[in-house]
Amino acid sequence: MEIVDILLSASFWGAVLRIASPLIFATMGELICERAGVLNLGIEGIMVIGAFAGWMAVYAGFGLWPGVVIAMLSGMAFGLLHATLSVPLGLSQHVVGLGVTLLATSTAYYAYRIALPEVTSPPRIEPFQPVDIPVLSDLPFLGEALFSQTPLTYLALATAGIVAVVLYRTPVGLALRAVGENPSAVEAQGLSVTAIRMGAVIVGSGLMAVGGAFLTMSAFSSFFFEMVNGRGWICIALVVFGAWRPGKALLGALLFAAFDALQIRMQQTPLGALVPYQIFLMVPYVLSILALILMSRRAEVPEALMVPYNRGER
Amino acid sequence: MPSLAPPGVALKLTGITKRFGRLTANDSISFALHEGEVLALLGENGAGKTTLMNILFGHYTADEGKVEVYGEDLPPGAPGAALKAGVGMVHQHFTLAENMTVLENVLLGTVPLWRPTLDRTAGRARLERLSREFGLAVHLDAKIKALSVGERQRVEILKALYRDARILILDEPTAVLTPQEAQALFETLKTAVGKGLSVIFISHKLHEVMAISKRVVVLRHGKLVGEVATTDTNERQLAEMMVGAEVALPKAPAAAPGEAYLELRDVSLPPEGRRVGLSGVTLELRSRQITGIAGVSGNGQAMLADLVGGLAVPASGEIRLYGKPVTAWSPRAALDAGVGRIPEDRHAVGSIADLSLTENAVLESYKTAPQSRSGLMDWAEARRRAEAIIARYDVRCPGPETRIRLLSGGNMQKLILGRVMEAGPRIILANQPVRGLDIGALTYVQERLIEARGEGAAILLISEDLDEILALSDVVHVMSEGRLSPGFARGTKTQGELGALMAGQGFDDAA
Amino acid sequence: MRLEPVASRTMARTLGLPALALAGTVVVASLLAMLAGANPFATLGLILKGAAGSKFALLETLNRATPLIFTGLAVAVAFRAKLWNIGAEAQLYAGALVTVLIGTKLGLSGPVAIPIMGVGAVIAGALMLLVPVILKVRLGVDEVVTTLLFNFIMLLFISMLLEGPLKDPMGMGWPKSEALDRDMRLPRIVEGLRLHWGFALGLIAAVLVWILQSRTTLGFEIRAVGLNPNAARFAGIPIRAVLLKTALLSGGLAALAGYSEVAGLKGNLTLDLSPGFGYTGIIVAMLALLHPLGVVVSAIFVAGVFVGTDSMSRAAEVPTYIADMALATALLFMVLAILLTNFRIVRG
Repeated sequence: MEIVDILLSASFWGAVLRIASPLIFATMGELICERAGVLNLGIEGIMVIGAFAGWMAVYAGFGLWPGVVIAMLSGMAFGLLHATLSVPLGLSQHVVGLGVTLLATSTAYYAYRIALPEVTSPPRIEPFQPVDIPVLSDLPFLGEALFSQTPLTYLALATAGIVAVVLYRTPVGLALRAVGENPSAVEAQGLSVTAIRMGAVIVGSGLMAVGGAFLTMSAFSSFFFEMVNGRGWICIALVVFGAWRPGKALLGALLFAAFDALQIRMQQTPLGALVPYQIFLMVPYVLSILALILMSRRAEVPEALMVPYNRGER
Repeated sequence: MPSLAPPGVALKLTGITKRFGRLTANDSISFALHEGEVLALLGENGAGKTTLMNILFGHYTADEGKVEVYGEDLPPGAPGAALKAGVGMVHQHFTLAENMTVLENVLLGTVPLWRPTLDRTAGRARLERLSREFGLAVHLDAKIKALSVGERQRVEILKALYRDARILILDEPTAVLTPQEAQALFETLKTAVGKGLSVIFISHKLHEVMAISKRVVVLRHGKLVGEVATTDTNERQLAEMMVGAEVALPKAPAAAPGEAYLELRDVSLPPEGRRVGLSGVTLELRSRQITGIAGVSGNGQAMLADLVGGLAVPASGEIRLYGKPVTAWSPRAALDAGVGRIPEDRHAVGSIADLSLTENAVLESYKTAPQSRSGLMDWAEARRRAEAIIARYDVRCPGPETRIRLLSGGNMQKLILGRVMEAGPRIILANQPVRGLDIGALTYVQERLIEARGEGAAILLISEDLDEILALSDVVHVMSEGRLSPGFARGTKTQGELGALMAGQGFDDAA
Repeated sequence: MRLEPVASRTMARTLGLPALALAGTVVVASLLAMLAGANPFATLGLILKGAAGSKFALLETLNRATPLIFTGLAVAVAFRAKLWNIGAEAQLYAGALVTVLIGTKLGLSGPVAIPIMGVGAVIAGALMLLVPVILKVRLGVDEVVTTLLFNFIMLLFISMLLEGPLKDPMGMGWPKSEALDRDMRLPRIVEGLRLHWGFALGLIAAVLVWILQSRTTLGFEIRAVGLNPNAARFAGIPIRAVLLKTALLSGGLAALAGYSEVAGLKGNLTLDLSPGFGYTGIIVAMLALLHPLGVVVSAIFVAGVFVGTDSMSRAAEVPTYIADMALATALLFMVLAILLTNFRIVRG
């Protein structure tokens, strides 16, 4: 009964969109990288650096939107590092990705300590506020559920749409998909495999960082260690679950967020109180593993995913 | 438009030199392609043809020399510049994205990447017109993976034509085609030349060169050794230019076959990914006999090789070894049953690039004494075995501890051959055993196979080179779309008849 | 730009490039120290002193190195087979959990319990990695993500137990387990020196793994599968079986880290038993170029960096995260060095 009550409340659906937003950004970022043939395990660390950079920028007085841009740039910088090592040099994407995650995470923490040596608890910033959309926000139920979000949530949804359009409707999207399928096809048409793959990794990393920034600039208004808490890894599972397609991945992120929002609310029910809260917290990770198992061997994996391209070696 | 070039020169190469480490793949090569002609570039495997074309197209940068297209210098190392200058290339291994449509593959890279939109409608119209004009029918919305090899080649040619190519380079275009498909390709090329295009046709098949080209340029060991008008020469002269002196390829003398070592009875296997499956294949490998499988590659040979090599298990039908049905089948089981396997791909399957020669030499026998005892390796013994193979099979290498990555294809193949032969196999699977080898290594490998036959081995030879099959096999089967023809004893079918079978014609009444 | 295999790996390349990678790391670390307003030489000096400047410091470093030897070996074994076990953290906790369960719940007497806890831990860690590897070989599920996610699940599971059935009633509310009896602890190697047998066990494990990798057929199979699974399969090597064996080995080794921390050092199980030893194991293994004996050296080095940095940050205004940054940098430099040992970058 409690589940039905929860599912029928507008605030639940509002929470779903909030929880989904950072996942959507980061999932789209990862999807771009993987469609171009590069597994980006730097995602977790890049989300951390994005969360830190955006928050720090606002704290330093740059304002919210410049903060988003700065977060994105910080992610792109680590994307550039990843891309340089994994694309032209063809190093193991697993090792490079983990290295980038470790480096980006520790960079954020180090910078935090350097910037704020004295503080015991991190200062709060004034985060993005919910924006009401005329007419739509006044709709009963739907208004609260869907149209009373912060701008970053709207941006996340828009990003999914933009990624879909770019991938399937534009020349650069065509090249990006092709480079993840067969890089030599791309080179034979006079395009640079290296440039396209590096570009994809850099842009994708930028999106991941915005996903991280959502946490500090829209959700929690402060920066905590370990706040990303495996969200990056979950996004990698979401890309697989979404069969490398933006639409399905968006759906996956929303579905996932719905389960997450549900477990948070279930914890507060009398029934939920009987179950250790850790069980609820495990839900996202268990769901991710189940999603991977469910989709195993179903989807069309980009043929050249994780295959480095060395010119002239064929 | 250009003005300085002598009229009628489409493409000019001057002093092209390319080195890979110590190997000189192209040594100061110069020649010109005239407008509206088909120029054949002839040379055996490893002569440097593909390297030269990759330089021309910008995949490689030459160490010395330059390329001019219609009188203008082509910037090196930029496929984009070659395309822009009107050079279109049809690679030996197709450069198509399998999971994308024909239209997408053609449109890829034709519009600057920063453009916001892709005009598919205009592209489609233009492509339809081109495909009509040149007789290159293909379904534009089909995904590449659904196309036959011949259709894929048409897509490759369309890609070049779509970009206004005035010079077409085709690298070994007929290697993957049936004789009939090859004929259709020649018609297309004639149409193209009629429309003012110029064509470089790379091949090592003499009769094709004689049939299609106006002039012939011959490469040997990276050097240009001859340039003649086709009408002034003949196949024999070209062959001599290509290989240096007249080389007698080994021919297997007839011999009396012994008992059947391995039999496939009505074996079927579903297709797997890009691999064609097998339908009702029946085959008998006899002692003292070379059984050849002719056919255009990609017609089920890979699956047949997997089956005999232990990598695939029949979905229906049975395998019999030495007269008894096989129950458990795996690579290990095949090895234990005395099946020696020379795989098609020596780089990716036959050897492990970053392991030493020693380690590669014992890759199939590391579990048995004296290489190992009760789970412990005896590397000194392994090394001795490797040294024996190196000496006996003439593997040129710095030593047994060298990574096999650094060996040439021929030496790598000799090591694999040695690994197989040292195990004393009673059945030998030789899948494309000489592809890509120079003439020395090629004859060496073939002689060893004939020798093994003499010692009683049953040999299965799979090759896409019909001449090789005919020269070595006692019995020839033809494979087409996963079906296997009955065996024909040496000399009972002509090359033409086999060619028709390869195209799948008359398969049902071939018996 | 292309990569071309190097004809012969000279001594200068195989030793010089990794040395260069470490030198590069020192330069980066110095710059980071300067960023914090500290004198780089003084900072490095303090780190060195804190890591090895006294008998106490050195023992502290070796103690810290002990779990890293195990997790480093676990990663080195797995990565050789290109089995991406990023779940050493979860396997470590599985080992620690079983150690505590056997030690506190079965009523065994001390000396008997010590080996049984070890065996139990190994089995627990092995099974922990077996699950993702079975998913990999049966269903093709990527083990990187599953092993990573299991780390989070495992930590929540431990947290649940520590707040529930395993909670120490004497713990004054802290989520920690009961402690092992004194006589169940791993004894010190030398009486009077604060270094327990876990370290010696680590050295023994490293030697055994080295023998396994270089002298046994399984070691050869693991290498072959890691370098080229297609060729290995063709040559008759049973890939799945090799991967499963590797998983058991790797998971078991990682679990020994948990065993040695609980039985050798801490005595009980807490949520902060491991400050990321599982993840640091990746750095340890990569810096050792996946060589088991190298793992010992690199574990001591990495532990020294952490211990020295802790001590340094108490004296200088440089945050301890400089150690994490430096080690992540070292990891990336090292993979680059390995590449350049085997390939050179050429034009065209």
